[in-house]
Amino acid sequence: MPELYPVKIHVNGTTYERRVEPRMHLADFLRHEIDLTGTHIGCEHGVCGACTVLVDGASVRSCLMLAVQTDGRSVDTVEGVAAADGTLNPVQAALSKHHGLQCGFCTPGIIMTITEMRKESGGRQWTEDEVRAALSGNLCRCTGYQGMVDAALEVLTPLNLGRD
Amino acid sequence: MKPVPFDYHVPTSVADAVELLRTLPNARALAGGQSLIPMMNLRAAAPSHLIDLGKIPDLCGVHETASNLRIGAMTTQRSLERSAVVRRHCPLLGEAVDHVGHQQTRNRGTIGGSLCHLDPGAELPVAAAALEMTFTVTGPGGSRTMSFDEFPAGYLTTTLEPDEILTHIDVRKTLPHEGYAFLEFNQRPADFAIVSVAVLLTLDGEQVSQVRVVLGGIDYAPIRLLEAEATLTGNRLDDKAFEAAAAIAAAHPCEGDEVSPPEFRQHLAGVLVRRALRKALERTKVSVNA
Ligand code: FES
Ligand code: FES
Repeated sequence: MPELYPVKIHVNGTTYERRVEPRMHLADFLRHEIDLTGTHIGCEHGVCGACTVLVDGASVRSCLMLAVQTDGRSVDTVEGVAAADGTLNPVQAALSKHHGLQCGFCTPGIIMTITEMRKESGGRQWTEDEVRAALSGNLCRCTGYQGMVDAALEVLTPLNLGRD
Repeated sequence: MKPVPFDYHVPTSVADAVELLRTLPNARALAGGQSLIPMMNLRAAAPSHLIDLGKIPDLCGVHETASNLRIGAMTTQRSLERSAVVRRHCPLLGEAVDHVGHQQTRNRGTIGGSLCHLDPGAELPVAAAALEMTFTVTGPGGSRTMSFDEFPAGYLTTTLEPDEILTHIDVRKTLPHEGYAFLEFNQRPADFAIVSVAVLLTLDGEQVSQVRVVLGGIDYAPIRLLEAEATLTGNRLDDKAFEAAAAIAAAHPCEGDEVSPPEFRQHLAGVLVRRALRKALERTKVSVNA
């Protein structure tokens, strides 16, 4: 049995210290070690995007990153998106308004991908093609994407950027 | 937890990484993990020791000299995609990176990892072959450089020794009057390419003075179409020339599978070579006028 490896990972602003096996990927760390089950697991080999979280602000597939690799880094998951009282943030509200989800399995990953785009937008208007290219990294089997593209375009207009 | 148990090491220098690879049994270097970790999750790869190259500062970044770009092997695909220096001085590489995976994988995936994984459907090896990148690898005995031609050894296999790591690649700056194009065909954008092509073109007046035509997806490693290059060189790039090059591409012996059999890939190779030459030609004109 390989040695356990001590890690200190900042998730949604809270610091968690654990000892983990090197083979534990970040998605399992989030779900099993600190009970944040909002990050979903679909394929566990980097295809579906359900496990998308932000590491130091950049979207990554958390099934393709080891928990030990995030030692000392900050991770944002879907649990950190809404306000403490449960008020939806603009991305969540827009997805709800535009019927951008049905079963919701893909939604945590979709929200984190759009969140990264909002951070990186530099205040410019995104095109539908760019939105579709970004969302192509998140598989959705229910919605047909139109609702989530509409939602993303709404929160990625200069007027609505930076409103969280 | 999906992979078999392994030990994890995070060296902070190339020398330490090489020493770990040399001394530990069944050790593998980990770059961005966008190919190796899926293989480990599927247990198609089962290293006993994983040597993470992610904390070695020397391996990251794009450095510009008068005539070259030196790109660290651990530079992420996302930073290449956004690099103004790459867009300006190596636009073919920029265009190839635009086709690599999704933003969520480009944030982690590295140029060195993609080159060393050498997937036949990957874009960066095709660009590397067309751009004649030089590879520098470091092992216990020091560093050596090799051309792209010396790099592939077989399917998903390079000529790197098990205790060597790719540290950086050098690529000459593309000159403003050179035309270029990277095109690929796949069923969904961001998938691996079924067939891809990279073209780099220099004209002397109306005539082709130098051209590189490289195909991906038809063999285990990128194929340089020497015959097409020879046919094009010294001639005008007119429809006849495009057709001749396309015919050579479509006649090249080709690997395939059930989904994309050889005849299909050969057809794609012909079409893509014709389109890429046309696009590269347009770009030589744009830059001359600019
Ligand atoms: S679970 Fe990570 S990409 Fe599917
Ligand atoms: S809402 Fe069901 S998979 Fe996307």
